[in-house]
Amino acid sequence: MDIVLAIIVGGLYAAGIYMMLRRSVVKLLIGLGLLSHAANLLIFTAGGIVRGRVPVVPMGETRPLTVVADPLPQALILTAIVISFAVLAFALVLIYRTYQTLGTDDLDQLRATDT
Amino acid sequence: MIQQVAVILPIVLPLATMAILLLVWKSMAAQKFIGVIGSILLLLSAALLIWLVDREDILVLQMGSWPAPFGITLVADRLSSIMVMLAGLMVCAVTVYSLATVDDRRVQFGFHPLVQLLLMGVCGAFLTGDLFNLYVWFEVMLIASFVLLTLGSERGQLEGAIKYVTLNLISSAVFLAAIGVIYAATGTLNMADLALKLRSFPDEDVVSVLAMLFLIAFGTKAAVFPLFFWLPASYHTPPAAVSAIFAGLLTKVGVYSLIRAFTLLFATDLVFTHNLLLLIAGLTMVTGVLGAMAQSEIRRILSFHIVSQIGYMLMGLALFTTLALAGSIFYIIHHIVVKTNLFLIGGIAERRFGNGRLPEIGGLYRSTPVLATLFFLSAMSLAGIPPLSGFFAKLMLIRGGLEAESYTIVFAALLVSLLTLYSMTKIWAEAFWKPTPEQAIVDDAASDRIRNNRLCLFGPTALLASITVGIGVMAGPLMNASIATAEQLLDANVYIEAVMPRHRLTESDAAFEVPNAESILSDGEFVDVRDSKLDSAPPSIYGPPHQ
Amino acid sequence: MGMSQQTIRWNNFHRESLAIGAGHTRKLERVLKMNSVILKTAIRFLLPLLMLSSVFLFLRGHNEPGGGFVGGLAASGAIALYAMTHSASAARKVIRIPPRAMIGAGLLMSLGSGVVPMAFGHPFLTGTWTTTHISGLGELHLGTPLLFDLGVYCVVTGVTLVFVISLLEE
Repeated sequence: MDIVLAIIVGGLYAAGIYMMLRRSVVKLLIGLGLLSHAANLLIFTAGGIVRGRVPVVPMGETRPLTVVADPLPQALILTAIVISFAVLAFALVLIYRTYQTLGTDDLDQLRATDT
Repeated sequence: MIQQVAVILPIVLPLATMAILLLVWKSMAAQKFIGVIGSILLLLSAALLIWLVDREDILVLQMGSWPAPFGITLVADRLSSIMVMLAGLMVCAVTVYSLATVDDRRVQFGFHPLVQLLLMGVCGAFLTGDLFNLYVWFEVMLIASFVLLTLGSERGQLEGAIKYVTLNLISSAVFLAAIGVIYAATGTLNMADLALKLRSFPDEDVVSVLAMLFLIAFGTKAAVFPLFFWLPASYHTPPAAVSAIFAGLLTKVGVYSLIRAFTLLFATDLVFTHNLLLLIAGLTMVTGVLGAMAQSEIRRILSFHIVSQIGYMLMGLALFTTLALAGSIFYIIHHIVVKTNLFLIGGIAERRFGNGRLPEIGGLYRSTPVLATLFFLSAMSLAGIPPLSGFFAKLMLIRGGLEAESYTIVFAALLVSLLTLYSMTKIWAEAFWKPTPEQAIVDDAASDRIRNNRLCLFGPTALLASITVGIGVMAGPLMNASIATAEQLLDANVYIEAVMPRHRLTESDAAFEVPNAESILSDGEFVDVRDSKLDSAPPSIYGPPHQ
Repeated sequence: MGMSQQTIRWNNFHRESLAIGAGHTRKLERVLKMNSVILKTAIRFLLPLLMLSSVFLFLRGHNEPGGGFVGGLAASGAIALYAMTHSASAARKVIRIPPRAMIGAGLLMSLGSGVVPMAFGHPFLTGTWTTTHISGLGELHLGTPLLFDLGVYCVVTGVTLVFVISLLEE
């Protein structure tokens, strides 16, 4: 399972970077989205894939009795998903406004502020 | 109790201020008033923090009463408290300055709540002792900075923002991936715990990979050599007040994280990591200053100088001696004050002419001598002319470099210093000294506004300039303070002790002892719990140990 | 039926806003405006029900899946549906509190849940509980986590509504 997930993570990174190298801002944004998915999946894989139960310690015990899933990577991913949702929503509005104002979605033409 | 309050206040105050600002969204006067009050309160709380840290060394707050490796820990050591203090000082100056410069439309769309949000992210990043929490604070800061950068939606702002957003998001993705890998390798995200585990980590190559991932992630935020392109493309586009906040604070959060990571976490393989850092530091200095020489617009020149000076800050970290690191810290203090001030002054000059292109402006020395004096002080300080603050910062770094016998970087630092002087003289000669060129359009209405808002415009700049002079005069005590800070940073055990005190772990607090705690302290040395205690425990409840 | 229609419209919205073309502003308005009479009538009765279910989700969240975040999303979904069938200003009237004030109030509540334990000498954000007896119903446990979750509920609702309403008013 780890191998499959590792390949998917690699594929997502490759696709994300490929999309970011294109000239259209929309594709750039899709690339960024893929990149954050890849990172989330990487955390998920790196946290250890295990067929476990809910990590709740029963009353009176000091440790879980059966094999449990590590809750921390899931909490990290959940937080990261919410953050990337907010950031991508912002980026979507940004490219929309940029298109409205500048009339182009070609990154090669957005070089007025460059040096 | 007061210690705990002091640690949490720099995060709580901006949050509370922002919440209150959201409640009074409609009233412009209230927005401005509460924004300034919030900033002043933050400055006071930072002063309290710095006083307590000076008295008690390291303050630790275990949020929600969860002990160290399991919960989120806030740690205020000397470096953190100095950084919070600088953030408070700077934001005070900028919010007052913004009263006169940020237009009503931007205030209506939430300039002040956003500044407070940015501040919360920055202070959180300075105070956290947990790696994932650091990521969250970074994102809070980034989202606020995205909106601040684009607020107003002018052409340049949008274009600059696309680059800024893209490169910062990439670095965030790298950071996130690095967190995933470091968690897989060590099973913890608490920085003190990580420091322990990485020290005795069996596979050095994995540690090097992690160090490089963090170097890329933090290096992008700090705008170091090959990763700085977003900075000069975006920093000159928003209003001067926003530029000044960004110039003063944002890259410094990256530098702070680099210092934290490469003193606490990755301080084992010095030959590899710190030599690389030294190379990066030198290249950052040189490329930044060369970029600045090619520019002819005030804020663009200043933006490139930020890059160049990040190199100095890294230089001390890379040399990794007490004196050099102290030099870096002194440099950060000096840089935040001076750079913010230069951007604020540049903003006033641009307001008078409507733009900051050097060939089209001039004669500021004759028309506003006060502004010229303030600029002269700050610019000479940036170039490192005695007796101003920049001189002592560079002196410490160069002495540190000579002590460590790294003559190349010392040569580079001196050369860059000279070129900085050239750039500053260029702005001085063009904008201030030469007579107003004929094609210059002096915006009379703007000039009147500048005159009417003298207190808001010149008050903060004069304050910052006097601090620059003050640092120069009081260089001795401040040098001692930065040396104390550097000593604290170089002794990682102090930090670890403070976050995870021995007694708590040796008492083996049964309620919190879950099998994931791989190492605990016993009799003064760190042992692997998995070997000694948990062999009898149910076989590895988090699945097979992944290495 | 209303839901499927809504899904299709939203899909259109996404496609059209992504494939940015000429005259997009007009299209955005057209796409977001719903004129289904059935939905318009139904939403009046659905709104209280949906709000109730969001409160249910919120309260359930203490020991089971649910909580302030999901509850807030459900509530803002309900109000967003109302805003799209009627109008943004009608939705503003229905919720009475301005969405931005909701965010501010929510933040203050969550902050309060952190500060309250400090008054009792515990570190920031430590869960602090109190138990009261209500005759006939039994014991009622109230604690700062509930206050925190309520804050999250308000913030999520507020933020989503700011998004939706400003998009509709564009």
